[in-house]
Amino acid sequence: MSDVLTVQGLTVTVRDKTLVSEVDLTVGPGERVGLIGESGSGKSLTALSVLGLLPEDVVASGSVRLTGVDHDLIGADERRMSRVRGRELAMVFQEPMTALNPTMRIGDQIAEAMLIHRTRPGRGAARSAALELLERVQLPSDLMRAYPHQLSGGQRQRIVLALALANDPALLICDEPSTALDVTVQALVLDLIVKGVVARSSALLFITHDLAVVATVCERVLVMYGGRVVESGPVGEVFTNPRHRYTQGLLAASDLDTADRRLPTIRGNVPAAGQFPSGCVFRTRCPHATDICAGTPEWTGPVADGFACHHPAEPVSSPRLPAGGAHA
Amino acid sequence: MILRLIERTGVLLVSLAVSSVLVFAFMAVLPGDPARVALGVNASEQAVAELRQQFGLDRPLTTQYVDWLGGLLHGDLGTSYVSKAEIGPQVFDRLQVTLLLVLAGMVIALLIAVPAGTLMAARHRKVSGLALSAVSQIGVAVPAFLAGILLIMLFAVKLGWLPANGWTPPAQDPAMFLQQLILPALALGLVQGAVLTRYVRSAVLDVLREDYLRTARAKGLRPFQALWRHGLRNAAVPVVTVLGLQLATLLIGAVVVERVFVIPGLGSLLLDGVSNRDLLLVQDVVMVLVIAVLLVNFLVDLLYVALDPRLRVGSR
Repeated sequence: MSDVLTVQGLTVTVRDKTLVSEVDLTVGPGERVGLIGESGSGKSLTALSVLGLLPEDVVASGSVRLTGVDHDLIGADERRMSRVRGRELAMVFQEPMTALNPTMRIGDQIAEAMLIHRTRPGRGAARSAALELLERVQLPSDLMRAYPHQLSGGQRQRIVLALALANDPALLICDEPSTALDVTVQALVLDLIVKGVVARSSALLFITHDLAVVATVCERVLVMYGGRVVESGPVGEVFTNPRHRYTQGLLAASDLDTADRRLPTIRGNVPAAGQFPSGCVFRTRCPHATDICAGTPEWTGPVADGFACHHPAEPVSSPRLPAGGAHA
Repeated sequence: MILRLIERTGVLLVSLAVSSVLVFAFMAVLPGDPARVALGVNASEQAVAELRQQFGLDRPLTTQYVDWLGGLLHGDLGTSYVSKAEIGPQVFDRLQVTLLLVLAGMVIALLIAVPAGTLMAARHRKVSGLALSAVSQIGVAVPAFLAGILLIMLFAVKLGWLPANGWTPPAQDPAMFLQQLILPALALGLVQGAVLTRYVRSAVLDVLREDYLRTARAKGLRPFQALWRHGLRNAAVPVVTVLGLQLATLLIGAVVVERVFVIPGLGSLLLDGVSNRDLLLVQDVVMVLVIAVLLVNFLVDLLYVALDPRLRVGSR
């Protein structure tokens, strides 16, 4: 079965700075893929490039193909992109407090998502569908007439999720959907996201910096650093058997079993945008870096399960499975 | 909502009361005796005393104030010391003229500002946006009376398309009314429109940066649709504030523009009152202008609530 999303050689630049370079990624039908990395690693820009909603001055190149859409999403005009957005491709953003129009009733905002693409025959049908969506995200039906300011952050994020799922998109992109929420409602929102995509057999591209969240939500993960994908593979494998030195550091820094001692940190800071070193982007912070790291490391393994490191960590247990197990 | 209405009404009533005291007090402390001023320096003491008695100017100021205010509440603005004519009918006649002029100016200002400001915001990085900015900057710097004179020179004197001045009531001859309205309304509206354009631009720019506009785009709305459906009402809140302030400016601007275009409005009446030393007339006209401005502010306050549900306290 062909992939839902295929990104090839995605490069994002702002004026002379390169923020994301040569990102390849695929998401299979119904697959849940995590995109992890620190702030400034290019995760959100990757997502916004797919959606075609990059800020002014920020330019994407490369290729982004979505199943059921007969044109490349990169460079497509607004008219064509607006037919894809909200229909085949939907997104949940990080900040729920500001994501909804403060002067429009909740019910109208959800119904609008369906009316734009005419996926329901009329206003009445869209409203009853909106009501149903509201129930699916476990919110009371009287919120239809409420305004966003009357809702909590968690409730608002569930509204955003409801309107993103309104047209049963082939791919849902979530950019840190639970980061701005209280811990108590994080789990609920994540659960609703997974249930929502599973019920529609939608694929999910899930962006986060929280490794525990990736472990619960996703099947496969891509690790980004400095605007590049440095490692990818099934979640279980990448987390137990990281090969890239950055992934290794990231895992060590968030090791949940080490409650009684200080967590090891990755030394140094993430460089400012466009200030990453040539060659291996991690070499300035990597304890294993040598002279050969000045050259860009080759990708080892298939796109969906591999890494790009000159000095990979030794496999802890069995070596990686060959290609084919990627969509496990 | 009800609570806010009561609160705003209270504020309106208090400001009306305070401003009536201020207007009255200001006229009262002006040096010179109104009766003497009305009759001129050569009038005899006796004539002045008679006039004082006739208009109750010999009574204590508080009595005079209460009398004036009571009249105001009934729409009775008193009798002029100079012309001995009823002031009320004149003021209300002239008020209609001025309101029509101000309204026309406001409509023109909005017709200019909303599209131009939105366009400038949407293209704020492009040459066309900058060019519009520059034009509006010039507009801001031109006073209304100068705009009026320039408009007369161009459209009335040079091109002869429109009458240079005059006023015809709309009921009498609607076509003539419109022809004569265009130039003074433009003189008022162009300048206010240029000012307002800058506020519309910044309000739209702010809205364009909002997350909910990105959500609207992510739903599948094209940029302009997203701005129209989700941005306009949000951008309207700050613009309405400025609009309220501008209406006050427009009323003042009308005073001058009426003079330039020889329009029998409140402004001309005020200036006539000043040159004839008709103090009560001036006092009444100023008070009517103050009431108009306060009413506009009251309406603006209510409009906020209609526009922004976050201001509806206690609603669920």
